Amino acid sequence: MTRKSRREMSRQTFAAESSGICDSAIFLGNGAKEIVIEPSRGWVPPNLKELWEYRELLYFLCWRDIKVRYKQTVLGAAWAIIQPFLTMVVFTLFFGRLAQIPSDGIPYAIFCYSALVPWTFFANGLTQASSSLVSDANLLKKVYFPRLIMPVAGVLSGIVDFLVAFAVLLGMMVYYGLVPTIHILWLPAFLLLALVTALGVAMWLSAMNVQFRDVRYVIPFLIQFWLFATPIAYPSSLLSEPWRTLYGMNPMVGVVEGLRWALLGTATAPGLMSTVSALAALTVLVTGVFYFRRMEKTFADMV
Amino acid sequence: MGDVAIRVQGLSKRYRIGARQERYYTLRDTLTEAVARPFQKLASFFSRNGAGSRTLDASSIWALKDVSFEVKRGEVLGIIGRNGAGKSTLLKILSRITEPTEGRVRIRGRVGSLLEVGTGFHPELTGRENIYLNGAILGMRKAEIERKFDEIVAFAEVEKFIATPVKHYSSGMYVRLAFAVAAHLEPEIMIVDEVLAVGDATFQKKCTDRMSALAASGKTVLFVSHNMELIPRLCTKVILLEHGQVRKQGQSEAIVGEYLAGQLINENGDNLAHKTRTGSGRARFTRLQSVDSRGRALLNHTCGEDLILRMEIVSEYDIPDVAIATVLKTLSGTRIITSWTREAGFPVALHKGSQIYQCRFREVKLRPGHSISFSLWMESQGEVMDSIEDARIIQVADGRGTHYLSTERYQGIVVCDYDWSQVKGSLSPEDGE
Repeated sequence: MTRKSRREMSRQTFAAESSGICDSAIFLGNGAKEIVIEPSRGWVPPNLKELWEYRELLYFLCWRDIKVRYKQTVLGAAWAIIQPFLTMVVFTLFFGRLAQIPSDGIPYAIFCYSALVPWTFFANGLTQASSSLVSDANLLKKVYFPRLIMPVAGVLSGIVDFLVAFAVLLGMMVYYGLVPTIHILWLPAFLLLALVTALGVAMWLSAMNVQFRDVRYVIPFLIQFWLFATPIAYPSSLLSEPWRTLYGMNPMVGVVEGLRWALLGTATAPGLMSTVSALAALTVLVTGVFYFRRMEKTFADMV
Repeated sequence: MGDVAIRVQGLSKRYRIGARQERYYTLRDTLTEAVARPFQKLASFFSRNGAGSRTLDASSIWALKDVSFEVKRGEVLGIIGRNGAGKSTLLKILSRITEPTEGRVRIRGRVGSLLEVGTGFHPELTGRENIYLNGAILGMRKAEIERKFDEIVAFAEVEKFIATPVKHYSSGMYVRLAFAVAAHLEPEIMIVDEVLAVGDATFQKKCTDRMSALAASGKTVLFVSHNMELIPRLCTKVILLEHGQVRKQGQSEAIVGEYLAGQLINENGDNLAHKTRTGSGRARFTRLQSVDSRGRALLNHTCGEDLILRMEIVSEYDIPDVAIATVLKTLSGTRIITSWTREAGFPVALHKGSQIYQCRFREVKLRPGHSISFSLWMESQGEVMDSIEDARIIQVADGRGTHYLSTERYQGIVVCDYDWSQVKGSLSPEDGE
C-alpha cells in the first residue's frame, strides 16, 4: 500500500472520533483532560483558552526579562528615560530649532517626546520579541507551552520602561503647563493600539527570524525607516487630505497623533486616520498570529 | 479509553536532512531556490517519474516509523534502544515539542515532561528566582511553587546560597537545584529522559530514590534510559525501539535481557578494527577472544570458572616497557575488576608485528544473569597507545554448585562462597576495650 493511500485511510478512520478535537486539550465528562497530538494541516487559529491557562508563564517570562535587563545594566531603569529623552534633545535641536519644523502649536520638545514614548516601547518591543524564539531556543526544544507566549512576553516586558518614560511625559506636561482635555478618556484606546501594532509586527518578525536569520540584520533598518515614516519629528498635518488619512495605514501614525490629541490637545482630531490605523494594526496582528501558528510546528526542528 | 493513559497509534516522524527544516536558511537561499525551483520541477517532470520522489527519500529519514503502543494508568514504561533508535524523538512528540508527520497520540491527564534539568535557568537570577522561573516553565502554578519552595531548597541542599545568582554556583549545586525543582513536579503523567545521572554519588542515589518513589506512587511514567540496571528496577513494562520502530515490547526483565543479548551479537565479533578507540595507535589491540580453561571460545562465562582473555596486539615498532590493563565492568559502567600487568609484575615488551597475550582471571564469581564488558588499555612510558571501551561483552551463566536463587540485578554482581550457622553463647566484648 502506498504511503498516501494509507494516510488517506487512517484519516477516514479517525474522522468520526476526532471531530471537535484539534491539537488541544478538552475536558471530558469525568474531569480527566485529554490531549490529542496529531499532524496539523493548514492554518490553525490561536488557542486562546490554552493561552489563558499559561498566563502565569507569560508573567514569569516578562518578569525574567525585566529583572535580567535591570540587573545587567548599571543605570537600570534610568535607560527607560535616557533613550527617548536624549532623542528628544537631538530632535528638538535639529528639527525644532534649526529646521523650524512646525509642531501643531505646542512646544516642540513635548511634541516630540510624547511621540517618542510610544515609539520607544514599539521599537524595543520589536527588537526584544523578534529574537525571543531564537535566544530561548532551549526552551523551544525542551518544554511545551504555547509558543505565542514568547514574542508576547518580549513586547509586554517593555511596559515597565514605558510607564517610567510616560511618568516623565506627565512631568513635562506640568512643566509646560499643558492641561489635558476631556479627550484624555481616549488615551487607553491609543495605548492599546500601540500594543496591538507591536504584537502584530512581533508575531511576523519572530516567526520569520527562526527561518531566516537575516531578520536580525533587517530590524535596525526597519526601525530606522519606520521612525521617519512616523510623524515623530514632524506633524502629520503637513499632509493634505486624502493623503493624511491614507498615512494612517502606518498604524504608528494613529498611535502618535492620537496620543498627542488625547493628551496634549493638538487641534486636529485624528478620527478617520485613527480608524485606518486601527484596521491596519488589527490586520497585521491577525495575519501575524496565523502566520506564527503555521510556522510554529517547525520551530523546534529548525531553531 | 478506559484505564489507558497514553495511546500511540501509527506514529511516524520524518526529518529532512541536508536541506529544509533541519537547517535554517538565509533569505538568499530562499531567493535562489525560488528561482531554481521551477527549473528543477520542470527537469524532474521530463525525467522519468521516479527521480523526483527518490531524491525526496534520499534526503529524509524516518526517525520514527509506525510506532504504536499503549500505556495504562499507573504503569511505568521504559523505552530503550541504541542511540538514534528514535527514543528522544518519541519523547519530543509526546511532550508536544515537535509534531508527528503521521499518526496520533491521545493522552489523558496532566503531562509533565523532563527532557533536561534546568531548562530556562538564567545565570543572572538568584536561586530563589530560578526556582520560580523554572517551576513555571515546567508547568507548575505559582501557588504550587510557593508551597513546595522550602522542600525544593532542602532537597537541593542550597539553603545558604538561595539569594546568590546561580552563575556563582558550583556545577554540582547548579544541577542539584535544577533536579530539585524537576523532582517536585507532580503531574499525572511524567515523561522523563535520562536526566538522573546528575551530581555526586550521594545525590545520584537521592535522584534514583526519588524516581523509584515516583514509580511506586502509582503515577504513569515514561522513562528513557541507557541504564540497564535501573530500567528493570523501575519499570513494569519496556519497549525496545530499533531504527524508529518498536522491535519488542513486554515484561521489562525479558526485554532488557533480549536487548543485551542483541548487543552481544553486535559487539562480539572478536575483530576490534571497528571499535571506537583513543590513544596514539603506535601499538593496537586487533583481536580479543574470551576462552575457557580448555581454550574453547566462549560467549558465556560460567560462574566460578576461570575466565581467560586472549588479545592480539599489532605494533609498528619494537617497544620496551609496555603495560597492558583490562577492566571488567557492568554494562552501566561500574568497575568490578582491574587487572594490570604492572600490578602482576609481568613485564611486557612488544616487538614489531603481531603477538598474543593472555590474562587469566581465576575462579571469577559473578552473579549469573549479568552481562559484563571488558575494556582494554595499553601504555608505554606515560603514553596511552590504545584504549577501547566495551571491547567485548559476555554474559554470566549459572555454574555447577552455584545456584544463586536471585538473578535480580540489584542483588549485587559479585558473589562468593558463604555459609550460615547459629552461634551459641554471647558476642565477645565490644571492640576497642
